[in-house]
Amino acid sequence: MEKIIEGRALKLGDDIDTDSILPGRYLTLSKPEDLGKHVMEGYDLHYKDKIQEGDLIVAGANFGCGSSREHAPIALKAAGIKAVVAKSFARIFYRNATNIGLPLVEAPNGPDEIEEEDILKIDLEEGTLKNKTQDKDYDFTKLPEFMFEIVENGGLIEYLNKTRFD
Amino acid sequence: MSMTIAEKILAKASGKEKVEAGEIVMADIDIAMVHDLTGPLTLQALEQINTDKVWDPEKIVIPFDHQVPADTLDAAKNHQILREFVKEQGITNFYDVYEGVCHQVVPEKGHALPGTVIVGSDSHTCTNGALGAFSTGIGSTDMAMVFATGQLWFKVPETNRFNITGKLQENVTSKDVILNIIGQVGQDGSTYKSCEYAGETIQEMEMSDRMVLSNMAIEMGGKTGIVEPDKITDEYLKNRTNKTYTKFTTDLDAPSLNTIDIDVSDLEPQVACPSHVDNVKPASEVEDVEIDQVFIGSCTNGRLKDLRQAAKVLKGNKIKEGVRTLVIPASRTIYQQALKEGLMDIFVEAGALVCNPCCGPCLGGHIGLIGDGEVSLSTSNRNFKGRQGSPEGKVYLSSPIVAAESAITGHITSPENK
Repeated sequence: MEKIIEGRALKLGDDIDTDSILPGRYLTLSKPEDLGKHVMEGYDLHYKDKIQEGDLIVAGANFGCGSSREHAPIALKAAGIKAVVAKSFARIFYRNATNIGLPLVEAPNGPDEIEEEDILKIDLEEGTLKNKTQDKDYDFTKLPEFMFEIVENGGLIEYLNKTRFD
Repeated sequence: MSMTIAEKILAKASGKEKVEAGEIVMADIDIAMVHDLTGPLTLQALEQINTDKVWDPEKIVIPFDHQVPADTLDAAKNHQILREFVKEQGITNFYDVYEGVCHQVVPEKGHALPGTVIVGSDSHTCTNGALGAFSTGIGSTDMAMVFATGQLWFKVPETNRFNITGKLQENVTSKDVILNIIGQVGQDGSTYKSCEYAGETIQEMEMSDRMVLSNMAIEMGGKTGIVEPDKITDEYLKNRTNKTYTKFTTDLDAPSLNTIDIDVSDLEPQVACPSHVDNVKPASEVEDVEIDQVFIGSCTNGRLKDLRQAAKVLKGNKIKEGVRTLVIPASRTIYQQALKEGLMDIFVEAGALVCNPCCGPCLGGHIGLIGDGEVSLSTSNRNFKGRQGSPEGKVYLSSPIVAAESAITGHITSPENK
């Protein structure tokens, strides 16, 4: 996985739930490309038209609350979102996104100051978030060591194949 | 060292004498559940792991409940894929389209035992905490790891223990208690924490009421929602399992324990207003809200007691014209018992539509979707924007009693004010 990610910010508020990210009526789908077509439809039927490949979601507190559907992070990733920056994340979404290789950045102070379409640079290894447009820097909570090991190995599946089913 | 019930269960499951909140443990899983919507993604992930066999076909439970019977070709295909997997792996606990909602079927069939670790690819898996289990929702890739290894890692959670006292007023239910709690602490008020429900009010609650509390722990971000097992737990399990189990309790001096005292003596019926579960108000304050659809059912409130309460209100009454009212029992067993008791007659006579056991309109993916500008009053657990269909629709949450009263009047109605 890339450890340095640069992209344009798309802003969202607090408590963006998994029904907003990927509504229940699409849960029969399992191919990433099919899920990506319906991303954020529960929030706004036309939100996906705003997304360009390489964009970053910047949200408030409790991003990804609600269902355990892994379809949600898969849809974001497939739609071209390279990482999600938020003040905090819901627990199941945090694990799911990490497991499928969608980087999450928990930066309590960043989201309020970042503006729509600001250009951000994330260094996952250093734990730093730079707003290039506003020339501001923020620290974020790096993944716990154990989870970082999963990410470094390319996700949970690769980690398991290397450590347990080699 | 003093520990909470969640810590004691995770210590046992990871072969340790003690664990502390914040520690990462690798726990042995007792039961792993997937359903028709999260199962296919799990199998997709499992295919990429270098193993051919699941760790233990007797510890996997697969109920079909979200899209039953299949309503689209995609749903039919998902069912086929899972049925094939069940056959190929020799999964013993498979419940096809007729059995009911997973969070009712798992405890009803005796799969949820005190002191065990249960994971399910569905966020409301916390329901089994009502039986004193550490039970939590996980995603499909985590579930693939469980299917392959029988283990999963956990960060040991701190605990929010809700110490609930006082006798509930007539027409006030455990649904009102949990909506009130979530309204107080907020929808991220227990994130990464184990929720515990204790106190004299809980000790007297029957199992189906406890399940309502445990079911909605996730709506405040909780990892689990545990009730300490007791005589009521033993009674529930008596004819459901022959297995022995360990009844852990929380040490009240455990360092990771945070106790929140709540007196429910004066609690009124509650409603969660759009579009967040913590937007909770007394039902009496939102009586001007007119409704298009009522849903009585779900893994929160589709049990026999819920249907009895709704039927008591609806008996001899007619549902207001234009208010579509769906009654959906949470399992086949509940359906049969409700039939025997004449409850279904009451519902149909009143003008409701009784559907087969399934998740129904709760997740807006199968039946009973709402359209633009429509308002749903639902006994389920989530009212997020777009949850039951159109993002321009609105969902309110309540107990079955408030839902039934409101079906008659056509607007949200508190039983106190009718």
